[in-house]
Amino acid sequence: MSHAWTQNLLYLTLLLGLAYPLGAYMAGVLEGGRTFLHPILRPLERGLYRLMGIREEDEMGWKAYAWSITLIKLLGLVAMFLLMKTQAALPLNPEHQGNVATGLSFNTAVSFITNTNWQAYSGETTLSYLTQMLGLTVQNFLSAATGIAVLAALIRGITRRSATGLGNAWVDLVRGTLYILLPLSFVFALFLVSQGVIQNLSAYLHTAGGQVLAMGPAASQVAIKMLGTNGGGFFGANAAHPFENSSPLSNFVQMLSILLIPAALCVTFGRMVQDRRQGWALLAAMTVLFVAALAVCTQAEVKGNPALDSLGVTQVAGIDKPGGNMEGKELRFGPGGSALWATATTAASSGSVNAMHDSFTPLGGLVPLWLMQLGEVVFGGVGSGLYGMLMFALVAVFIGGLMVGRTPEYLGKKVEAFEMKMASLAILLPCAAVLIGTAISVLVPAAAASVGNPGPHGFSQILYAWSSASNNNGSAFAGLNANTPFYNDGLAIAMLLGRFGVIWPVLALAGSLAKKKHTPEGLGTLPTHTPLFVGVLIGVVVLVGALTFIPALALGPVAEHLSLRSLR
Amino acid sequence: MTSHARQDKPLFEPAIVRRAVLDAFRKLSPLHQLRNPVMFTVWICSAFATGLWIQALTGRGEGRPGFILAISLWLWFTLLFANFAEAMAEGRGKAQADSLRRSRRDVKARRLLGSDRKGPHETIDAPVLRINDLVLVEAGETIPGDGEVVEGVASVNESAITGESAPVIRESGGDRSAVTGGTLVLSDWLVIRISSNPGESFLDRMIAMVEGAKRQKTPNEIALDILLAGLTIIFLLATATLLPYSAFSAKAAGQGHPVTLTVLVSLLVCLIPTTIGGLLSAIGIAGMDRMIQANVIATSGRAVEAAGDVDVLLLDKTGTITLGNRQAVAFLAADGVDLKRLADAAQLSSLADETPEGRSIVVLAKEQHGLRERGLHALDAHFVPFTAQTRMSGVNLGTRQIRKGAASSIEAYVQSHGGTFPEDLRRTVDQISMAGGTPLVVAEGPHALGVIQLKDIVKGGIKERFAELRGMGIKTVMITGDNPLTAAAIAAEAGVDDFLAQATPEAKLKLIREYQAGGRLVAMTGDGTNDAPALAQADVAVAMNSGTQAAKEAGNMVDLDSNPTKLIEIVEIGKQMLMTRGSLTTFSIANDVAKYFAILPAAFVATYPALGALNIMRLHSPESAILSAVIFNALIIVALIPLALRGVTYRPVGAAQLLQRNLLLYGAGGLVVPFIGIKAIDWLLVALRLAA
Repeated sequence: MSHAWTQNLLYLTLLLGLAYPLGAYMAGVLEGGRTFLHPILRPLERGLYRLMGIREEDEMGWKAYAWSITLIKLLGLVAMFLLMKTQAALPLNPEHQGNVATGLSFNTAVSFITNTNWQAYSGETTLSYLTQMLGLTVQNFLSAATGIAVLAALIRGITRRSATGLGNAWVDLVRGTLYILLPLSFVFALFLVSQGVIQNLSAYLHTAGGQVLAMGPAASQVAIKMLGTNGGGFFGANAAHPFENSSPLSNFVQMLSILLIPAALCVTFGRMVQDRRQGWALLAAMTVLFVAALAVCTQAEVKGNPALDSLGVTQVAGIDKPGGNMEGKELRFGPGGSALWATATTAASSGSVNAMHDSFTPLGGLVPLWLMQLGEVVFGGVGSGLYGMLMFALVAVFIGGLMVGRTPEYLGKKVEAFEMKMASLAILLPCAAVLIGTAISVLVPAAAASVGNPGPHGFSQILYAWSSASNNNGSAFAGLNANTPFYNDGLAIAMLLGRFGVIWPVLALAGSLAKKKHTPEGLGTLPTHTPLFVGVLIGVVVLVGALTFIPALALGPVAEHLSLRSLR
Repeated sequence: MTSHARQDKPLFEPAIVRRAVLDAFRKLSPLHQLRNPVMFTVWICSAFATGLWIQALTGRGEGRPGFILAISLWLWFTLLFANFAEAMAEGRGKAQADSLRRSRRDVKARRLLGSDRKGPHETIDAPVLRINDLVLVEAGETIPGDGEVVEGVASVNESAITGESAPVIRESGGDRSAVTGGTLVLSDWLVIRISSNPGESFLDRMIAMVEGAKRQKTPNEIALDILLAGLTIIFLLATATLLPYSAFSAKAAGQGHPVTLTVLVSLLVCLIPTTIGGLLSAIGIAGMDRMIQANVIATSGRAVEAAGDVDVLLLDKTGTITLGNRQAVAFLAADGVDLKRLADAAQLSSLADETPEGRSIVVLAKEQHGLRERGLHALDAHFVPFTAQTRMSGVNLGTRQIRKGAASSIEAYVQSHGGTFPEDLRRTVDQISMAGGTPLVVAEGPHALGVIQLKDIVKGGIKERFAELRGMGIKTVMITGDNPLTAAAIAAEAGVDDFLAQATPEAKLKLIREYQAGGRLVAMTGDGTNDAPALAQADVAVAMNSGTQAAKEAGNMVDLDSNPTKLIEIVEIGKQMLMTRGSLTTFSIANDVAKYFAILPAAFVATYPALGALNIMRLHSPESAILSAVIFNALIIVALIPLALRGVTYRPVGAAQLLQRNLLLYGAGGLVVPFIGIKAIDWLLVALRLAA
């Protein structure tokens, strides 16, 4: 077994191993229980509530919850936009970065409040340290906390009986940030600094050779960027930049941090619904899909470009060369470390990159593209991945439930017309945004001209951009010049739709589930913790995802791959 | 006791098929298709393809007119086949409705002008009768409307409604007072108070129901509709956006041309879930129809669907779990009493007792001790009937006074004659009670002779049915007026999960509410007026046709056979209906994989020749590939009509096993079958030289 496969195995083992304790801890936090951090953080939490005038025990209905989440996001949007528009006049700007253009500011603000972190700019040439810290980093925390809060509300909808309240959005946001994201980021940032990731507020370094080395408070932002599945790099090259991702160890741990919270939330789910097997089942479905995608991507990248074989170029790994497809990859990470990162970052809605996905082999690039198109539910974003997966689970339960001759139920709640409407909406909206956005892009000459390569690869670049934005991933296929008015505005709309077009149906669904009575489980009930159900769930995710995008993929990476193969 | 005459109807009766073919064309109206988003999409696509064909005829079209015509024809066929399925499902009901209508045609009613049946009356047409009119019906006449017998006793032939030709007795008062319009009085006469206005009678409702005229979508059907509409929108987007995608690709590749509209329309119809969309309403109607075949009239499809969800069955003990009556099974003499003397006394005391229990005592004495029945008159005996005060019955033969009754009554009787009640007898009495039997003590004057053991006879095979239900995840609860001891013993013997002893109507209602509060769906059967509140509360309430009008009004189903075990069949039909929908949905979606493999390479091979590698079925040409997929998509609807009408087979196993079985059949089958089907059609097209 080569290095790449060993690393993959170690990765999965550690990921699942760490998910368990973290998941248990998070369940405690979201249920308002006492955790080992209480002595330090509880007084702080109380102080915050007093300051903001929040009464902890106030319950919100689904609409109030959704409005709270939406309003604080809009507030963040406005604040970040203004920050970028005025950064030249504000402190902590040693490089005298100018104010950011309006279109780019809007795009970037939307991108960060929606946990997408699509970057049509390079951090080191565009943003001041203040904008990075006060704008980007703050939204990194808040958007991840939002995911956790919405998930918590959905879980309460499932567990509560004949109730209207889904919890308190403010309390969930504060707890998620204070007890989960902050402590993890704090420890993680220290680790990154120990590995050489920079953390300073100095002016850029000018070397004797005439090079300019960008500086800045990178480690603190990278920590939450990774843990919160945000993915917006401090530097333009993201995690391929040595100051942002300095060593193979930092690379490995950063990869782990992408999927850590999403995986652990499955465990949290199982605990909160008081049936741990339910959480394991969802985790199993995600893991199976992830492993399959990882295998394809790793195999494609380690094997390299099939067209080169016929030219007599050897792509086999050796003592002096990493082998495989090395175009657009860091020598430090090689094809294996890049393929694993690419799979993890698109399975989750992270979007951070340590290699250029544009330079992947067609099949290797197909995997990230497809994982995003599945709706970011294979682990997915913090919170959002699991609530997205639960939408698919409801569809699976619905079809499976009918197949056993009973009105479908999930965890004792009947799945009826309203639930199907909301689940369909949550699944449909991002898909629609991808398809329609891509269609408009290839129709508008100015947009179509942004592609960097001709043929199917150019098509993949456009499809990738819309898949990434609509599903709040944020990674780019590069090659596409996206800093144009068309893409800045269009992708911003797609990002908003991909975030709030899912959050609102999910919360509406949570509200509807909370009102329902609980139906006790019986022999006639479809069990949702068995391998069989995991299979059905995977089938639904794959079929819906695949059937929607197969034609588009056929014209992009599939055509490219088959053409390359026929060159041999 | 059940009449199964109608169950043997073949699926495709020529008369029904003829009518259905005509209806299939009638249903092509877009207004009719609007009800179903999936099929409405097909309608638009068919019309659009026809337009493309006309355009092609003028020479300005996008391809060969012959190919476009073939596609548009097969798209119309897709619609026709779906319509045919629906019409077939309705056809069986319609045929039955016609015969029901015939049964009430030209009926005259004799409306009494006063309340005296011998008083003046007028003859009017039955349809103008209103509530509270009194009518007189004599032998040979048809009962003009639903109502309640207020006077008289008569035998009535209800076969028009129930299909059961054996006459039933209808009489005033009690639980056998309800009569149904359209049934025939065979003997004697009845005075009936009409209980429904024109157009609202049971027969009217039944006709509306079997015709499916008032059919409303059931909750699960609505939810499924939403899912199917969602999928339709996704596929609509996926195919519509393919036009710009392919134009961009053709330009980028410098070869080929944008995908034609004909291909896009074909792809869309193939991808949207037409199989389930086309059969969805047929499945619902067929579910109702299967209920009717089982001689159950449901007042709504919702009730049929709810039957599939039932968790708890409340079953009356008498008539459902046990044979109607208790029977004597043993004589147990007290110490020092000859067994034959006991049997003799028991028989004598029961000679005039016409209750089934009494008859069974006489028979047992005859069988076990060869005691012949004797005439009461010959013995100069005087019968003492049972009264609520004495709670005993018996016979006086000169000076001999023989009594039988409950232990406590007989004890008092014996003591009042100066005797004592033997201890060993008391023990026997207790033992019989504990075992679920009913002890009747026999005494002659001051001497308690012994005990007759009466026992409920549990119906044969019922225990297995309950085990089946348990396998389905359904809990059975026995309802009985017996004391808890007796009830427990019978419950154990019959294998029910739970029982409600000493049940009153209030206790029944309370029990149902308790189960419902726990989130369970409750089904029950009932016939008496005192069952009405519980029937109204239950989620699935089956009233016996032999029952009172109040019970029928309160229930949401009427069992024409009046067979309480029918509930089990009803649950199965409800489950079958859901399973058929779920299985065909899975099948429909799984089919899309093969269709992609047929159509995508055909559509894009001109732009990217390498995509030809996806033509794994090795279909003859792009045109034949697309046509084959469209034809398969249409034919599969026809092929599945029998399944839609008959329903997916239900087996009483747990949900997990059912899912596994149906996934394998319809999920895996749905993946594989179209590959074979499309290849076969393509091969046939080539063989018949129909493919370009």
